[in-house]
Amino acid sequence: MKAQPIGGRLVSPVTLVLTVLILLAAFFGAQRFLFGFNSVANINDGFPWGIWIAWDVVIGTGLACGGFALALLVYIANQNQYHPLMRPALLASVFGYTLGGISVIFDLGRYWNFWHILFPTYQQYGSVMVEVALCVTAYIIVLWIEFSPVLAEKFGWPGVKKFTGKWMFLFIALGVLLPTMHQSSLGSLLIVYGQQIHPLWQTMLLPLLFLLSAVAMGYAVVVFEACVSTAGFKRKIDHELPLIASLSKIMAWLLVAFIVIRLGDIVARGAFAAMFTSGVKSFMFWVEMTLYALPVAMLLSPSVKRDAKIYFLAACSMLLAAVLYRIDAYLVGYETGPGWNYFPAVPEIMITIGIVAFEILGYIVFVRFFPVLPGHGPDKAH
Amino acid sequence: MTLDRRNFMKAALGGTAAATVAVALPPNKAQARDNKSMPPKAVGLLFDSTLCIGCKACVNSCKDANGMPAEFSTPDKLWDTPLDLSGKTLNVIKSYAEGTSDVKDREGNGYAFVKKSCLHCVDPSCVSACPVTAMTKDPESGIVSYDADKCIGCRYCVAACPFGVPRFQYDTATPRIQKCQLCKQHLASTDAERKYKFAACAQVCPTGATLFGPVELLKAEAQRRLELEAGSAAVYPRGQIETPFPAHEKPAPDYKKRIYGDKEIGGTQMLLLAGVSFGKLGYPDLPEQSYAAKSESLQHSLYGGMILPLVALAGLAFAIKRTAGAHKNEEGE
Repeated sequence: MKAQPIGGRLVSPVTLVLTVLILLAAFFGAQRFLFGFNSVANINDGFPWGIWIAWDVVIGTGLACGGFALALLVYIANQNQYHPLMRPALLASVFGYTLGGISVIFDLGRYWNFWHILFPTYQQYGSVMVEVALCVTAYIIVLWIEFSPVLAEKFGWPGVKKFTGKWMFLFIALGVLLPTMHQSSLGSLLIVYGQQIHPLWQTMLLPLLFLLSAVAMGYAVVVFEACVSTAGFKRKIDHELPLIASLSKIMAWLLVAFIVIRLGDIVARGAFAAMFTSGVKSFMFWVEMTLYALPVAMLLSPSVKRDAKIYFLAACSMLLAAVLYRIDAYLVGYETGPGWNYFPAVPEIMITIGIVAFEILGYIVFVRFFPVLPGHGPDKAH
Repeated sequence: MTLDRRNFMKAALGGTAAATVAVALPPNKAQARDNKSMPPKAVGLLFDSTLCIGCKACVNSCKDANGMPAEFSTPDKLWDTPLDLSGKTLNVIKSYAEGTSDVKDREGNGYAFVKKSCLHCVDPSCVSACPVTAMTKDPESGIVSYDADKCIGCRYCVAACPFGVPRFQYDTATPRIQKCQLCKQHLASTDAERKYKFAACAQVCPTGATLFGPVELLKAEAQRRLELEAGSAAVYPRGQIETPFPAHEKPAPDYKKRIYGDKEIGGTQMLLLAGVSFGKLGYPDLPEQSYAAKSESLQHSLYGGMILPLVALAGLAFAIKRTAGAHKNEEGE
């Protein structure tokens, strides 16, 4: 079924609220650039990375892995039936990554030098961050190229479609390789922190665990989006449901792999006791584990009757699990010594919310004007 | 040729297993790197907590020698009272106090002083973390310095340092990282009349608690002190170890038999001696392998020469070209 623009009005209560949130973020963002971090954020020398890194970049790009996760399936495993989900997933990825990349500017103290990280004369190749920065930048470009046929269809650029059609296999390959590299490196970033990361999270398997959590987030977001966008745009989900059903089964096994590796690694490193003796950290670990285990039960247990609601709940649990894993690794499990603590300030949170609002608004505008969602218009019954 | 779901699961699990093995195995010899070694002309500090009287002359001279502003923590704002390292303070003296704080350099009902400033690691985490070579280690002197012109302000160095040394300025629109650079500007100067001729903290220390010099000599001096019998008469050089000021005489204390910085994460160029355990003074127990070596070994075994990524790209491109062709036929485009 061919993708079509869904049309409709742009001004609605939802888009208005989003616009207000974006303007608020712009106001606080201006403060940050004029007066420094302290004027809006609670980051400090004990927690130099707050939510602008842990959420906007580490989790933001993870949530934008839908394109990556589906590309794995559609092109590598040759499961072409998932293709109708591909364009919406790709759109979310384009926005998620582009904004994740741009939002870094908020967090860079000396942002006017940001280009140094992409410039070989400055780059320090022992730094995991160089790999992340190069890979994410390259991937943003690749995502826009992957997405360009949608723009070409709308504006009628035959040249673009011909070029991308011919070389798309290469861009898709890059679109699988680059996220594999930098999503795992988002975990590797923490290795140099050494003992400052609690033993429940500090491991040489961080890159593998972060990669698995990225794939889980990617799949979960695709399901989440399919459910929310069908509800939000008053379309029927019948078309996507069989795809979601088989997709969810694969996710469940991926989660099983994550849980087994995570627990096995903790035991192998002799950190078994830390699962119970580290107070808040142990508690957060178990919340994380529960959120990982719940969707496995929902999706694999023979006694559960699986309908759209179950798939949606499983996806939500999976998303929360992976999000929490990343927050725990970056913030909860991070300890620089007594006396330091961090909780984001309201303006700091508002900037992050503004970025998310911008993403959602962009998504709404795009699917109304461009051929993204599988072509079946608004349900007349509503 | 299409993969059915069972085959896909097999492939996915196989891939996961292979990735696990690749990541979990110790990196191969060619790409793993050992701790870096002490630079040939390494200079540093020896801080002896048992000699420190907490006068903070070093804190004051450090500000003077490096043009750093005062930092107020009392309401009257009369004098410089930094509570910790910060974007305005490169060196502080902190105290340990327990119970009645009766006896110096004793853990129970005792107290002790400790210096906090850059340890100039032999294999620094901050240098390894910095993406843009703003943080560098001098190949001769081993001094770890910072270049604001290169810095992007990402604060990865602040987060990575296990000693919490590099600090960032959160209260300005044009922030910098601040850390001790061992008064390298005064070391390099040839002006004979200059106020500071070596690390200011050591130059003004009245008791020799902070001593400047080549790390090799400082280590030998630390060893000498550890071999002193507690209570016996002892002399302590002051200022710098090669041409010291008149010595300070004092009975030898009961040292913890350990030179902090000798082995910790590959060694540091500031060494510490103390009468109470280092954990109580805010110096954590650390492994001998540097975190920089650990992190870079992993990165280099995955990305060395970009060989693995290029092989993966070729494989992916091949697989995708094949399946894309198949999809096209199905869709009849």
